[in-house]
Amino acid sequence: MIEIKELHKSYQMGSNSLHVLKGIDFSVKDGELVAIMGSSGSGKSTLLNILGMLDEADKGEYFLDGVHIKDLNETKAAQYRNKFLGFIFQSFNLINYKNAIENVALPLYYQRKNRKERVEKAKSYLEKVGLGQWATHLPSELSGGQKQRVAIARALAADPKVLLADEPTGALDSKTSYEVMDIIQSINDEGKTILVVTHEEDIANMCKRIVRLKDGVIVEDIEVEQVRASQYV
Amino acid sequence: MRYIFERDTWQEIYGAIRKNKMRTIITVVGVTWGVFLFVFLLGMAKGLDNSFKSQFNDFATNSMFLWGQQTSIPNNGFKRGRGIQLTLDDVESLKSQVSDIEYVVPRNVTGRWGTPPGQFVRGSKSGAFSVFGDYPSVDKVSKKKIFEGGRFINEEDIKYERKVCVIGEDIYKQFYDQGEKAVGDFVKINGIYFKVIGVYKASRTGAEGDDSIFLPFTTFQTIFNQGRNISWMVITAKPDKNIVKTEAIIKKTLKRLHNVHPDDEQAFGSFNLGEQVAKVNGFLTGMKLITYIVGIATLIAGVIAIGNVLLITVKERTREIGVRRALGATPSEVRGQIMLESIMLTFIAGLIGFIFGTLLLWGINMLVKSNEDAPIVNPTVDLLAVAGALASIVVLGTLIGLIPAQKAVSVKPIEALREE
Repeated sequence: MIEIKELHKSYQMGSNSLHVLKGIDFSVKDGELVAIMGSSGSGKSTLLNILGMLDEADKGEYFLDGVHIKDLNETKAAQYRNKFLGFIFQSFNLINYKNAIENVALPLYYQRKNRKERVEKAKSYLEKVGLGQWATHLPSELSGGQKQRVAIARALAADPKVLLADEPTGALDSKTSYEVMDIIQSINDEGKTILVVTHEEDIANMCKRIVRLKDGVIVEDIEVEQVRASQYV
Repeated sequence: MRYIFERDTWQEIYGAIRKNKMRTIITVVGVTWGVFLFVFLLGMAKGLDNSFKSQFNDFATNSMFLWGQQTSIPNNGFKRGRGIQLTLDDVESLKSQVSDIEYVVPRNVTGRWGTPPGQFVRGSKSGAFSVFGDYPSVDKVSKKKIFEGGRFINEEDIKYERKVCVIGEDIYKQFYDQGEKAVGDFVKINGIYFKVIGVYKASRTGAEGDDSIFLPFTTFQTIFNQGRNISWMVITAKPDKNIVKTEAIIKKTLKRLHNVHPDDEQAFGSFNLGEQVAKVNGFLTGMKLITYIVGIATLIAGVIAIGNVLLITVKERTREIGVRRALGATPSEVRGQIMLESIMLTFIAGLIGFIFGTLLLWGINMLVKSNEDAPIVNPTVDLLAVAGALASIVVLGTLIGLIPAQKAVSVKPIEALREE
């Protein structure tokens, strides 16, 4: 599903160049649930941004579902993001003046789906994350956990190949975090490929594979026995 | 282009505008005010224009009055200070010698400019009023309203020196009871019986007022022993001739006929209506110009305000725009949305301003409608001008929307989404 080779990325900080990713080789198969771990500055967010086509690598190859991702302009990147990827952010990033169902329907709008289909799909995904009755509530009327569940529904709405979650539980307490992880696990159980950036061990252990980054290189890549989040809920 | 016609696009924009009510209101105020002022000023200018027009309506605007005064330069052995008396001979001479003239109407009056008024007697009541001696054609240059049942002096009256008179509305009110019939009644003027043939109401710009008496010119000359003397003449130029130029020719001709020095500006007095109308028209044109300048300047300021607010809100919405782009909005879609928001806001704002401006004009019209002397008559706006104004603010809104739209896409999604 994801294949990257010799990925390099540096940032220009004034006259200094900061080499963030120093040759990453990494691949993800269909249906995997991968935790990307590392301390801050390890390059995990940069990696996720490149995978999410929000940023471009200086060097290296990136294949997503067999498509060679290179020479992206903004329009092309937007179209790929819409087609291939679903994003889950630490701070949810819901649009505050849209209610839950409108937020979920937004990627479908950019897919040019008609209104009826948008509403139907958005509704079914909201029900999937257990927020069916909250469809017409604004984000400000929802709890943190509910907001993240809306965000997950939104990420799923476009039926992407891969979900990219950047610290999805970073702004939540542990109980809510487990609820969110439970949903992520169940989505993965249905076969969706998911990458989760986290620095929490317990969250990482709920994935099937852990990739550890340190100073821009992969220092460890192991398969783990998945801890089911449902036992904590 | 297809983007503009999709219902979803507008729903998305409507959502963004509706959910930010305060912002929308503040944004809109400038343009609304601008269009409101524009419509209001334009309407008032038009109303003033209409009012002037209606006042001059009863007058041939390419006409002038001319009378004799005193010479100020000695000429051909005549001393200065010689009084000039216009006569019917002058009228004949002008008619035959000045081709630009359409009508020359001699007029005579007593009761004005130092001459004694006529004594008007009906039954036991009497009063003193100005008496005019006129030709029917005086009505062509200075229209009077004749009340129903009556008529003005006609050619027969002139020909047979009939003893008939047209009296002013004020005289009628003083001498007759309300509803009493004046036409056909006999009254005494300076001891001679006259038959009343009409009651008139003068136009506002007329010199006659509503308290004068009109007699056939020939009758007047006989009764007041005027011979061929006249008080003044009313001259109308042909429609395609310039009355100001015609005036110069006429004066030159008369100076020759009366042995007046060519440079003597005192010998003949005149009042050129055409010139006055031109002055008023010039004033009105100037006022319209100012209206346009003020209106357009206000509109531009309003549209710039919209651009300004949108620019600020784009900054506030950086994250929202980042999210949209992460979810698959292309830069052109983002740009399109911001620009359409700008256009939409300008248009709605313009429309509201137009509606309020029109309502105000309508209200003013209601107030002044019944008052004939109001300085504002039927204040309306040219729909074309308003459509033009609306179209140009939409164009301006589009152009000004480009700035925030460009700003919105200049931020990379990754920067927009960066966690604080």
